[in-house]
Amino acid sequence: MSDLQSQDYVRRSASTMTPPQARNHEDQVAKLIDVTRCIGCKACQSACMEWNDLRQDIGHFEGSYQNPDDLSPDVWTLMKFAEYENEQGNLEWLIRKDGCMHCEDPGCLKACPAPGAIVQYANGIVDFISDKCIGCGYCVKGCPFDIPRISKKDHKSYKCTLCSDRVSVGLEPACVKACPTGAIMFGSKTDMKDWAQERIVDLKSRGFEKAGLYDPQEVGGTHVMYVLHHADKPSLYSGLPDNPRISPMVTAWKGIIKPIALFGVALAALAGFFHWITEGPNEVTEEDEAAGERVLDDAEKTL
Amino acid sequence: MALTRREFIKFTGLGLAASSLGMLGFGAAGEAQAAAVRPFKLTHATETRNTCTYCSVACGILIYSMGDRAKNALSNIIHIEGDPDHPVNRGTLCPKGSALLDVVHAPTRLKAPRYRKPGGTEFEEVSWDFALDRIARLMKDDRDKNFIAKNAAGTTVNRWTSVGMLAASASSSETSYLTWKVVRSLGMVVFDNQARV
Repeated sequence: MSDLQSQDYVRRSASTMTPPQARNHEDQVAKLIDVTRCIGCKACQSACMEWNDLRQDIGHFEGSYQNPDDLSPDVWTLMKFAEYENEQGNLEWLIRKDGCMHCEDPGCLKACPAPGAIVQYANGIVDFISDKCIGCGYCVKGCPFDIPRISKKDHKSYKCTLCSDRVSVGLEPACVKACPTGAIMFGSKTDMKDWAQERIVDLKSRGFEKAGLYDPQEVGGTHVMYVLHHADKPSLYSGLPDNPRISPMVTAWKGIIKPIALFGVALAALAGFFHWITEGPNEVTEEDEAAGERVLDDAEKTL
Repeated sequence: MALTRREFIKFTGLGLAASSLGMLGFGAAGEAQAAAVRPFKLTHATETRNTCTYCSVACGILIYSMGDRAKNALSNIIHIEGDPDHPVNRGTLCPKGSALLDVVHAPTRLKAPRYRKPGGTEFEEVSWDFALDRIARLMKDDRDKNFIAKNAAGTTVNRWTSVGMLAASASSSETSYLTWKVVRSLGMVVFDNQARV
């Protein structure tokens, strides 16, 4: 019932056709995760599993509040806990909600070879269309944030959808709604940036001079942004990339080598065609045949 | 099928040409471009307001169940989320509240009174009638035995200190008022209602 019409797309993996451009005034959405307000309660994690009908198998205690250990096809968002000793020698417990960043320039979509398996909607959400996924894992290599996970059961790739099913009917994502401290907010991207600026002013006034917004321009900005107390060192937060970049392999392969190779294929076909027109097929003359026979006979005699 | 070397090369070339055309963008030309987001699962579900069962904060929740309460459709809870109109939590929930759905469907969830006989080793399921009668009987016996009408100074106190009662958190002011009246009218002093917080 809630099929997004084709007009709502802006990008589609492995497709050369231009997506419909008529509806160009849709609001961009964004989720703002304010790690400075997060208490690590994992309500977002529970709400995500509940809404998306995901249940990870019960695992083992690994000595950390981080549980499960890592993202998986059944775990689309995960609280990551990092212990950091600051310059003053005090312990800081940096807790970050990890999950898809919904990049404006998505590395997964660029890398994906299956037509239509990864799409980007006009509101900025990057979504995996599972029935078109071929399970090759290129999206895993393409993602600068190491988010997609391939299921061993159905060999499809899974990640956070930013609750596209809720957003498409006008609701906020499940994690956002649950968050009891208001550390996760949802709205238009401009509103979220404004809200983040207010928070940053507040944090700076309270001694966090390096507080800032994480909205990496290397991937064109993201639709999931963070407010960090140490925005100068994002890697403190369980390895959030300082400079997220789509792998040069993906950029080269999909950006340069593919068109060159296509050109090469076309050129070879054309050259073959013209060679056939001008030179014609390589006919075997009777003299060649006779010469061949002679060589064979000679060879047999020497045996 | 016998293939000469020449035919083999011809077929391979044809295959290459066809796949090259596909790569040049002719392949997906006819394909429908519509992708579908997952259908929204609550469109016609029945929405019921309630209070979270966990703690004394008593967050408002919305319970969504399958079906529109038609006579032939058996309701089944499929989703629970916070109630945005509830002043306590305004839509938010803690991790336990967010996972309430699994409490509802937990195989170990208590759905009927259970009774372990004096000297018995196992709990057995009993009817509400049995349970309430038994509770009333034991309360009456204990109250008759331990009720303190007057203290040492001869002042009327009407105390019953040997039994206490715990009441739930998920109660409205009205239920709490009634619980208070019932318990205090018996003279019970040890009484705790989670809604104290």
